[in-house]
Amino acid sequence: MSVLLIAEHNNKNLKPFTLNAISAASKIDAEVHVLVAGSGCESVAKEVAAVPLVKKVLHCDSPNYQNYLPENLAPLVTKNADKYDHIVASANTFGKNFMPRVAAALDTSQVSDVIKVNSPDTFVRPIYAGNAFATVKSNDKKRCVTIRPTSFEPAPKTGGSAQIDKVDAVDVPNFSKFVKREETKSERPELGTARIVVSGGRGLESGENFKLITDIADKLNAAVGASRAAVDAGYISNDHQVGQTGKVVVPDLYIAVGISGAIQHLAGMKESKIIVAINKDGEAPIFSIADYGLEADLFKALPEFLSELNKLNTIQK
Amino acid sequence: MKILVAVKRVIDYNVQIRVKEDGSGVNTDNVKMSTNPPDDNATEESVKLKESGKVKEVVAVTIGDDKAQETVRKALAVGADRGIHVKSDTYIEPLGVAKILKKVVEKEKPDMVFLGKQAIDDDCNQTGQMLAAMLNWPQATFSSKVTLKEKSMEIVREIDEGLETVEVNLPAVVTCDLRLNEPRYASLPNIMKAKKKPIDQMIAKDLGVDIANRVQQLKVEEPPKRKAGIKVANVAELVSKLKNEAKVI
Repeated sequence: MSVLLIAEHNNKNLKPFTLNAISAASKIDAEVHVLVAGSGCESVAKEVAAVPLVKKVLHCDSPNYQNYLPENLAPLVTKNADKYDHIVASANTFGKNFMPRVAAALDTSQVSDVIKVNSPDTFVRPIYAGNAFATVKSNDKKRCVTIRPTSFEPAPKTGGSAQIDKVDAVDVPNFSKFVKREETKSERPELGTARIVVSGGRGLESGENFKLITDIADKLNAAVGASRAAVDAGYISNDHQVGQTGKVVVPDLYIAVGISGAIQHLAGMKESKIIVAINKDGEAPIFSIADYGLEADLFKALPEFLSELNKLNTIQK
Repeated sequence: MKILVAVKRVIDYNVQIRVKEDGSGVNTDNVKMSTNPPDDNATEESVKLKESGKVKEVVAVTIGDDKAQETVRKALAVGADRGIHVKSDTYIEPLGVAKILKKVVEKEKPDMVFLGKQAIDDDCNQTGQMLAAMLNWPQATFSSKVTLKEKSMEIVREIDEGLETVEVNLPAVVTCDLRLNEPRYASLPNIMKAKKKPIDQMIAKDLGVDIANRVQQLKVEEPPKRKAGIKVANVAELVSKLKNEAKVI
């Protein structure tokens, strides 16, 4: 009984969500091995070896894995899957992309987006965009599992010294090619991992008015989110969208401004630790899940909010 | 060239779903159903490629009970040429769905298969990738821009960090993001015309593939309810609560 976890990294550093995946994997079985496949990624293998929960690192270095093309990565994972009962990765665009190819090759039914590990074969996962939780039991001998990173605490990073084994690259099919990656450049934290998110909805009434949101986000070192209505109205680009059809976020503080609280928006943010709603409609559904509700005109409340924040001596970063 | 587009019938995205009291699943009786939203994007993109002249035929396929045919009819009404309905009265996991689609691909020999990136009912996000692996084809998931070339496609993908561009040789599987396009509405004359377009039927269990489910659903429950908190009187009180009570700023 051991777990093979596939590390996500950029060939230099481990992506933080891999630490959450490691802690989830350790709840399935204590014997967690991590595959680090990349190109010139020795520093990543070392970084993973230092994670105390990791018992062994499999390091595969080849230009074939530089850009994690699923057509190349999946056969490597499949070849190394023999000795393991579980293959685990994060349920983000990295894990979602290659894991089903591994599951298909192993003829096993994947369990996606696990938020709780009940036992090595039984898991809880959200369905219907988090509007229901399903407890499922996998009857496959070998199990492919993706886990939702934000549902697990990150594993401690240092203090371990796992053995690093080199593994060989496998043949690649050569029918797909990486062209380029354009990472969203922002001074602000990434929406998916930010500690604080400030989101605006249709109530903002225009794209220019989103400055009221971004001013507060900058003061709080927060990411900027938006409802689908605000995106559809063209106030802000769609990579800011929070909800069933956008990003699912679980920050410590979520501030919803001028957002009524449609089902599909709530699905993307209702697991946040503290929720604040600012809306002039006291009956808006968003208030039914908000820890702190302020019934007010946002055009008055936001400038006041900013000036109150400016009065504070310290703001947590 | 030819495109196979896969569509699934799911509970409409605007419906607040209800968990059955006995924990056996989600209530689907008398609930509005419609095509899985990103599957509409898959159909739209297929039809656009046909309209560009590069694609000759678009075939829409669904798997499900008799009512699932509605999703194929909808695809036919917005421009697909003909349909295939693989009949099954029971839920089939993505692994089984991919095996069935592989059979359909072997029969139809399309150059591309388009699917939604994820179904909004079971939220698995697996079928397209599994199908690609079974066919030994390349894949482009979460696609938000598709450029068809002579023997390949250049595709922009939505990834967590931003955008990624890949080039995949044909034949290939494409899973579609909601941002790929704006699905059109079917006009009444086209809905009428679609009624005359042919839909072939196959029976899932007769296809000779193992579609037995391996993942057992033990129970379905409502997520823990979040309690409404308090209303604050003004901004100063809000900031004070966040600072001193919740300790988040």
